Amino acid sequence: MTRLLITLLLAFTLGQASAQSTGNDSLYKAFGEKAGLTLLMDDFVQRLVAEPRTQAFFKNTDLSRLKTQLTDQLCMLSGGPCKYTGRDMKSAHMGMAVGKSEFNALVEVLQEAMDAKNIAFTDQNRMLALLASMHRDIITK
Amino acid sequence: MNGLSRYWLPVLVLGFGIFVIGGAQADTGKLRLTGGVNSIDGVAGGGLTPWAIIGTNASAGERGVSAFATRVKPKDYALDVLGVVAGFNDRIEFSLARQEFDTKATGAALGLPGLKLEQNIIGVKVKVAGEAILDSDTWMPQIAVGLIYKDLDAGGLAPTLDALGAKQHGTDFYVSATKLLLAQSVLLNGTLRATKANQNGLLGFGGTAQNDYRVMPEFSVAYLLRKDLAIGAEYRVKPDNLNPSILGAGLKEDDWKDLFIAWAPTKNVALTAAYVDLGRIVPAIQSRKQTGWYLSAQVSF
Repeated sequence: MTRLLITLLLAFTLGQASAQSTGNDSLYKAFGEKAGLTLLMDDFVQRLVAEPRTQAFFKNTDLSRLKTQLTDQLCMLSGGPCKYTGRDMKSAHMGMAVGKSEFNALVEVLQEAMDAKNIAFTDQNRMLALLASMHRDIITK
Repeated sequence: MNGLSRYWLPVLVLGFGIFVIGGAQADTGKLRLTGGVNSIDGVAGGGLTPWAIIGTNASAGERGVSAFATRVKPKDYALDVLGVVAGFNDRIEFSLARQEFDTKATGAALGLPGLKLEQNIIGVKVKVAGEAILDSDTWMPQIAVGLIYKDLDAGGLAPTLDALGAKQHGTDFYVSATKLLLAQSVLLNGTLRATKANQNGLLGFGGTAQNDYRVMPEFSVAYLLRKDLAIGAEYRVKPDNLNPSILGAGLKEDDWKDLFIAWAPTKNVALTAAYVDLGRIVPAIQSRKQTGWYLSAQVSF
């Protein structure tokens, strides 16, 4: 019991340390760099439009522009050599009335898309950790 | 008291039923496993300790319900629990649970063959700060406060509990802090519980040796292996109010520990299995450590 606790805490501490030391592009590489992210975001956006809980938000959206912007955003966040030039999250989602439930639905769709690309669960969570705190700007309902 | 207590739980459960039929939403939106499982007291959390998360699948602006059945089987006893939980707006949680503790050979040794200790339990929890799951850029945990009221029907053991100075109802007050460290796939919880309970209330509340509220720490750590699978461990410090008693150290109690695995095969179902170590329970009769297994099934909407 105690040994397991220590192991878990140690794993956690090491995880922290490696996350900090990789102020680099290891996550970007884990997602297959720009090419991998482009494929992932293409699939993700298709899934968002197909998903009943999220499709209404994308009715009037230029989907190819959305894919490009999402790719740039995740590329930049994960340490890749990209620059996201779109609007900030707050103004981009203003007036869309996204609730927490819909935000969670989007997270689920992203998890499905990452699963489909066989991205390791630990890497999925590292990426989600960079995105999840955006809920404060995106959820307005 | 005991005559009455037999009725209030069914009445409350009926109320829950009406609530469910009346409008629990079909499409609630929490991420899988983030509503927790049910502790043996019903409250959403780990298996032995409450967490700061609000139970059910209901996210902000929604309401949800869950129901669960749990069996804990240490070496010389058996505990069965049934309960329901309602969550409102990811803010407030109500829970009801009924425990039945089979004393097996210990009851017989005390001249009370077939003795079962029964508890009806009501829990209320309110989230007061933070967002455990999505605030991935801060160390700030989600914090909730709660109370757990327990009404014990000790059957033939009641006169003994009276002699020990243990009351047959009591209230625990707790504050919990829960944090998902998403980048590390680790969930941490810490709870401080002010309690008088002896063996979680199954042997009453308080005693002649020690009758004040004591604040006890409880810890949980979980590691997410997949979005539908988590493993973890818990440690719960307990008071020892009946030691010493008129039975000397014969009612000494120990801290509780477990190692668990939780699996959510769908968004609405969670199954938990655990190895538990409940320490000594009435060592005057059963001196060995009460280790064993724990199984729990939950459906939630």
